[in-house]
Amino acid sequence: MEFTIDWYFLIEKLLLISAVLGISLVVAMYSTWGERKVAAWIQDRRGPNRAGPFGLLQPLADGGKLFFKEEIIPAQANRFLFVLGPSLAMFTACLTSAVIPWGDSLTIAGREVSLQIADINIGVLWIMAVVGMGVYGIMIGGWASNNKFSLLAACRGASQVISYELPMGLALIALFMLSGSLSLKDIVEQQRDGLWFVVLQPIGFLIFLICAFAECNRTPFDLPEAENELNGGYHLEYSSMKLGFYLFAEYINMFISSVLMATLYFGGYAFPYMDSLGLDGNMLTILGIVALFLKTFFFIFLFMWVRWTIPRFRYDQLMKLGWKVLIPLALLNMLITGAVVLFRQNGFNF
Amino acid sequence: MQSLTNRATPVDRRPMTFAEKLYLPAIAKGMGITLKHLFKKKATVNYPEETRPFSPVFRGLHILNRDEEGRERCTACGLCAVACPAEAITMEAAERLPGEEHLYREEKYAARYEINMLRCIFCGFCEEACPKQAVYMSETFAPANYQRKGFIYGKDDMLIPHPQKQIKENNQ
Ligand code: SF4
Ligand code: SF4
Repeated sequence: MEFTIDWYFLIEKLLLISAVLGISLVVAMYSTWGERKVAAWIQDRRGPNRAGPFGLLQPLADGGKLFFKEEIIPAQANRFLFVLGPSLAMFTACLTSAVIPWGDSLTIAGREVSLQIADINIGVLWIMAVVGMGVYGIMIGGWASNNKFSLLAACRGASQVISYELPMGLALIALFMLSGSLSLKDIVEQQRDGLWFVVLQPIGFLIFLICAFAECNRTPFDLPEAENELNGGYHLEYSSMKLGFYLFAEYINMFISSVLMATLYFGGYAFPYMDSLGLDGNMLTILGIVALFLKTFFFIFLFMWVRWTIPRFRYDQLMKLGWKVLIPLALLNMLITGAVVLFRQNGFNF
Repeated sequence: MQSLTNRATPVDRRPMTFAEKLYLPAIAKGMGITLKHLFKKKATVNYPEETRPFSPVFRGLHILNRDEEGRERCTACGLCAVACPAEAITMEAAERLPGEEHLYREEKYAARYEINMLRCIFCGFCEEACPKQAVYMSETFAPANYQRKGFIYGKDDMLIPHPQKQIKENNQ
């Protein structure tokens, strides 16, 4: 068998990876700004407005500050794990972006360039796996700093992520029963022709939304960090850019899960009547990307909106909601979806 | 027990209904409230650029006044220092020499006049006590400083500029 390397393919993918990483970082950066603005507006304040117009340079100032701060590794901490924790959090946060279809394909110089880094047929499985790994970042961080409070917070975070991964998976299974595919690209293409899955799976979407909040450790599920009862949480001993990485990873996670929600339930880059506009391929693709980002920004806003509305759960309430409410609900949703799918395919001839 | 106001409402201890147990309506309501606040008027004042308008009776930093001819009014009588409940005012008196009549209104004047703004409680008693209408309280408040000694305001901080000299300088 002849073995050739498709250099164009490699370059194209490299460019795409850099672009996706860059966009994720920029969006995460400006989410920190957006978060502070939204918080301020909700509380009738103004938010950052000193650094640059509308405070737009604030994330850069914050980043610079984090870089120049003193780095402290506690004497009794496990140095290797201490550094590994934030790196892992950041790494897993970035990794999920690989399977998301950011748009349809562009035609550049006769080549069809897919705007998805990897269209693997187990796309969602990959995301679930990587998100599951994200908990190591928190757990290792809490363990390595050799601080009882951090460890407690990390334990809370780990049990929370594990508890909420179950209903999330169950909600997704119901979705896959409808789509019949695990590839994110397929799922989007189906919504392009048919209904958005949020119409067919409203309960599933609600469960997924709640679990996404929990997986991202966002309020009301931000138990791994708790300034009042745990002096700060799993990143208590972290300073400087290592802390920055943890916080940044949270924002990347938020971005990715917003994209994911838009993709899975709100049609991704597809928007209504896109095929009847009579536009050519590239234009349509660009509009699709815009549509995806609009949906994503809405979800990012939703994350912030909820954060500044709802207080944090108590630990036992959190567990009760996860295990006693969401899992049965997700199972029920799965059961009903299964019955409907079966009925649609075979009628009553089981 | 008799209630003090008519605003008291009894606590609702009924068991929660199913809709309430879902929490989602309550959450939606809360989110509606926060969303409304997004568009409300901001309570914050952009401080250095904008300042809050003070009421006409606001008591801010002290100024030492001059008379119409630009002479210092203070005669170092010490009544303000006596009236001051915080003992923030210190002064040293000096005698006016021949030829200084255009500088000081009375035969005695304050060679040193200091108010410790960290002690001052801005009660305005000094202003009231002064028989010569020399000390007034303005509408500015004490700016921040890095050192405590920066808060001891001397005559050069408080004395308002000489009106005629000012006019001359402006005409130059
Ligand atoms: S305002 Fe009151 S406290 Fe301040 S210097 Fe005058 S008398 Fe003293
Ligand atoms: S400011 Fe008024 S009260 Fe105080 S010493 Fe001078 S003249 Fe007397």
